[in-house]
Amino acid sequence: MSTVEVRDLVKHYDKVRAVDGVSLRSADGEYLVLLGPSGCGKTTLLRTIAGLEQPTSGQVLIGDQVVNDLPPRARKIAMVFQSYALYPHKTVLANIVFPLKAEGMDKRAREERARWAAGLLGIEHLLDRKPRQLSGGERQRVALARALVRQPRVFLLDEPLSNLDAKLRASARDELKRFQQEIGTTTIYVTHDQTEAMGLGDRIAVLESGTLRQIGRPIEVYDDPADTFVATFIGSPPMNLVPRDGRLVGFRPEHLLPLELGAEDRVTLKLDVDRIEYLSGDRHVYGTATGLGEPTRVIARLPATVLTPIEPGRTYDFSIRGEKLRYFDAATGRRTDPP
Amino acid sequence: MTGGARRTLADREGALAWLFMLPSVIYILALVAVPFALAVALAFSDVTVGDPSFDWAGWANFARNFDDPVFWRALGNTFLFTAVSMLLIVVFGKILANILVADFRGKWLIRFLVLLPWTTPVALSAVAWLWLLDSIYSPIDWVLRRIGLIEGNLNWLGEPTLEMVSVIAVHVWRLTPLAAVIVMAGLVAIPREIEEAARMDGAGFWRRMFEVTIPLTLPVIAVAALFGAILTFTDMTVVYVLTRGGATHSSEVLASWAYIRGISGGDVAQGASIALFLFPLLLAAAIAILRAVRRMEVT
Repeated sequence: MSTVEVRDLVKHYDKVRAVDGVSLRSADGEYLVLLGPSGCGKTTLLRTIAGLEQPTSGQVLIGDQVVNDLPPRARKIAMVFQSYALYPHKTVLANIVFPLKAEGMDKRAREERARWAAGLLGIEHLLDRKPRQLSGGERQRVALARALVRQPRVFLLDEPLSNLDAKLRASARDELKRFQQEIGTTTIYVTHDQTEAMGLGDRIAVLESGTLRQIGRPIEVYDDPADTFVATFIGSPPMNLVPRDGRLVGFRPEHLLPLELGAEDRVTLKLDVDRIEYLSGDRHVYGTATGLGEPTRVIARLPATVLTPIEPGRTYDFSIRGEKLRYFDAATGRRTDPP
Repeated sequence: MTGGARRTLADREGALAWLFMLPSVIYILALVAVPFALAVALAFSDVTVGDPSFDWAGWANFARNFDDPVFWRALGNTFLFTAVSMLLIVVFGKILANILVADFRGKWLIRFLVLLPWTTPVALSAVAWLWLLDSIYSPIDWVLRRIGLIEGNLNWLGEPTLEMVSVIAVHVWRLTPLAAVIVMAGLVAIPREIEEAARMDGAGFWRRMFEVTIPLTLPVIAVAALFGAILTFTDMTVVYVLTRGGATHSSEVLASWAYIRGISGGDVAQGASIALFLFPLLLAAAIAILRAVRRMEVT
């Protein structure tokens, strides 16, 4: 068993409430992503699970055992840092065997294991190099190999892709996911990048201001956001929110389509278009929506397959499928039932 | 200089650079270069306080040093003094540096106390040590007697071995804060994530220290050792104030012996030759250490 659980976890720094009462539990072998804007407490939460920070209150459980009083090394977890934190004076091999050396494994066994880990990540040819002779992607693999070599119960990854350039990031993301599926170790992954979160996570925990806003599968947090924060944080462009009678009516830009494409169950509105962006084949149409609630600026994302001509400066009839509308309380931002 | 468009002195960076550097250049020339050249000249002369006229004496002063048992004693003491002090300074400096970077309640007080020896004028602190190490009134003796480690009094500043122990102890006490601050700068420069990675990797305190912290701070430790060595090699204050070299020159070092021969004894040329004796050696050591440090930084 290697689940990770936190119960009512609170971490304060002087007056700052970095983590403010978070409870969540990962399943065994799950890829759980902690997603949130910078300063939301996701890294602090991860570091508290790692044992690098002591919680102000609450419990951390690994494999159903409370580990609050255990030092990091006794928690049988491995962490990959944002900077990778390779030992610059050690060769790649020495970096990878370091955790095994600390465990007291004998020399031959630990080299064998290091080569196994290096083989899994395709870095056998780099074992004699120093970290400064490696590219960003290679460093990331060395850091992963160092984490993997001890066969930990849990992997903790702190924005491991943020130091890679955009192109490399996509392939590294794919590799990370396949790699985790192969070894099946419970993984907790911190990121502020929703693409990474949606692509990697079995479930996503969305954090803001030290609190857990929602936890669910990518499709759930996207389609059924628990509040307006999640609705606007996830999705690019974010969910449109139109005020109406003390509520906010929310709908994703891709569900706002020209009228003639609307289905049976539909809500119509007028869109006063002022700007169009052409992005990766899609058209992002900016304009002011009237007829649904208060006039509000919204964005419609028309896929490349929609050929309806649209020009800025004109008003068009648009519609949304009724089942795609989401309702939020205007005061609290929480999800409410349809009226 | 009337029009606003004209080039003023402030625009002429070349001239400005010289202007700003001039005071320090003059300072270094007057207080380092000239005395050094003078010392070299004097070492090859027969100048004494009684007869200041300059006559070329060749290597005679150096030859006389080699025939002088006190010179050899002082040379030996200098090496002993330096080697032991340097070792202790680096070890204690590292320990103190760890304390300086640690985060705990009341750390400002500890930091203040750690830096105190370095900020106290050496003549003043040496006088305090004179009392601490007094043959009759020493509080150290009193404590040792009370806990039953010794019977009578220890002659800290009169017995040859204890003299060296005292001199080294005071010198180490004085220089350790400097080494601690230098090493601390090195410790602070280690990325926090590397230290944390080592903790996550299961390394305990000692493994982290010997496999991560010390290798990463080695260049800085080498610089601290170099400073310690040079300041020890050339130091005469502690010896002079505490023992004046000792009745039988038992704690004499080259610097104090040069002072005694050259200034107290009036044989300026002889003193200069003693003082200069170690210059080539020190220079070579400094170059070697600095080169090694640069190599370490590259890897």
